[in-house]
Amino acid sequence: MSISIKVDKVSKSFGKKQVLKDISLEIEEGKIYGFIGPSGAGKTTLVRLIVGMDRPDSGTITVLNKQVPSMEILPEIGYMAQSDALYNDLTGEENLKFFASLYKLNKKQQKERIEYAASLVNLNSDLKRRVSVYSGGMKRRLSLAIALIQDPKILILDEPTVGIDPELRVGVWQELKRLRDEAGKTILVTTHVMDEAEKCDYIGMVRDGSLITKGTPKQLKEFYQAGNLDEVFFKAGREFQ
Amino acid sequence: MRTTAIMTRIFREMFRDKRTVALLFVAPLFILTLMYFFFNGEATDPKLGVVNVDESLIEILEEQDFQIEVYEQADRATVVSDNLDGMLEMKDGTYSLILQNSDPSSAKTLRLKVNQAIAAQMQTKLAGQLGINLNLTEIDIDTDYVYGDSESGYFEILGPILIGFFVFFFVFLIAGINLLKERTSGTLERIMTTPVRRWEFLTAYLAGYGVFAVIQTLIVVIYSVTVLDIVLEGSIWHVILINLLLALVALTIGTLLSTFASSEFQMVQFIPVVVIPQILFVGIIPLEWMAGWLQVLAKFMPVHYAANALKEVMYKGEGLSAISGDLLALSIFAVVFIILNLLSLRRYRRV
Repeated sequence: MSISIKVDKVSKSFGKKQVLKDISLEIEEGKIYGFIGPSGAGKTTLVRLIVGMDRPDSGTITVLNKQVPSMEILPEIGYMAQSDALYNDLTGEENLKFFASLYKLNKKQQKERIEYAASLVNLNSDLKRRVSVYSGGMKRRLSLAIALIQDPKILILDEPTVGIDPELRVGVWQELKRLRDEAGKTILVTTHVMDEAEKCDYIGMVRDGSLITKGTPKQLKEFYQAGNLDEVFFKAGREFQ
Repeated sequence: MRTTAIMTRIFREMFRDKRTVALLFVAPLFILTLMYFFFNGEATDPKLGVVNVDESLIEILEEQDFQIEVYEQADRATVVSDNLDGMLEMKDGTYSLILQNSDPSSAKTLRLKVNQAIAAQMQTKLAGQLGINLNLTEIDIDTDYVYGDSESGYFEILGPILIGFFVFFFVFLIAGINLLKERTSGTLERIMTTPVRRWEFLTAYLAGYGVFAVIQTLIVVIYSVTVLDIVLEGSIWHVILINLLLALVALTIGTLLSTFASSEFQMVQFIPVVVIPQILFVGIIPLEWMAGWLQVLAKFMPVHYAANALKEVMYKGEGLSAISGDLLALSIFAVVFIILNLLSLRRYRRV
């Protein structure tokens, strides 16, 4: 198994506040890796550093063996932010088309990718409608489709299931597993919901900017002799101090 | 390629928003038309009461478009009660004039005109005593105008200034708010995670809003020339060139300032700080009348250069050589603000 993302001793501060403290981890290709932790733990900052929107103060991050930030690596990353970054005055299709045209795709590829991404999130029938009339869940799904539009090797999804109904949440997770199994994508998600963490292949628990523990859900539960991941988080946090 | 994609998106969004389109293209015409009627309105004839004044003087005054009311007796109270602009009385061989003075500048003109009328009457009287047949009304100085003609009104100067100001104001506001929307909705950040280069993004904004500025200029100029009768002595291409440069400055200032605003309302708060001072320096108040430090300040106002250049082209009919200095100044503004914008976009992606 090759390593898709490698984070090495990364720290980051905003002003006096240290947001990330000496984080190291590796993410294998073709796996779903979850960053778990409460809001404000530093998950989003870590994700932004991996995408290349910001630079770490110290340490290095390599994605597909290239140090980020790098323009070269951007087409290989499909990013979905915490908030739906959509143009409300445009239709779903126009949103997809716009983001597709920012990548090097020809007309035919563009059309194929739009169709593929839209069908993946079950939005085909709503593509001609304006985003302003979409429900919260539909917007989330459209954001996910946009993250998939250029067929990236790596998907980075910041809180992909926040604010969507349980049925859809199950749907999104099924989709992520399918993308992993069938398309071999490496997927990095952040979440603060522990039962979603169970669905990841690997998890890294983040608290106050530190990675307090990491491993497969099974490993962690055995190591900390805990019945669920909530307990793991609790015990790991106490030990870490 | 990517630049055209972003441009297409800007156009699409704009034309979905009918009110903004109306603001951009119709509002300037509305304001221009109002201004036209404000400044080209016919002044009403001043009303002058006279007491014990010679018939020949009344004749001269009436010729000067005074509305004359003859009184047997009148005082200050009459001026107020009959709403006279002034009252002229001949008493013991001297004239006395009471002015209402509710509008000092028109009162001054009225006093001047009355003085002239009295002088004219005295001259005719004197000439009559000397037996010379003097017809004062026939004396007419042959007048020639370097710029404009005898019909030129204040609006001929104001028109070109306003055309520049509209472009600045609307492009500043609409582009600034649009980019702000991209910041707050997260789409700007999302775009920056695609392989778009910062200059490609900024170029799309410049080109997209540049097109709007050109369309707006065309509409406003054609309307001003055909409907409002504003003179366009020079080339319309020069007018477009000036406004395009000004639009670039307005756009880059707008997008840069949107960095410092966290809501649309905060963007609107920049209007009194950034936009209103500009209009004070565009030449509505002649620059030569200003204090020295204000004249220095004017050098930092982009609209000042554009208004000056527009006046040269539209009113005086000058060509490129006369406005090259202004164009250079506008270009310098544009380049400086483009660089600042590129730097400010760095915070969305560190490459």
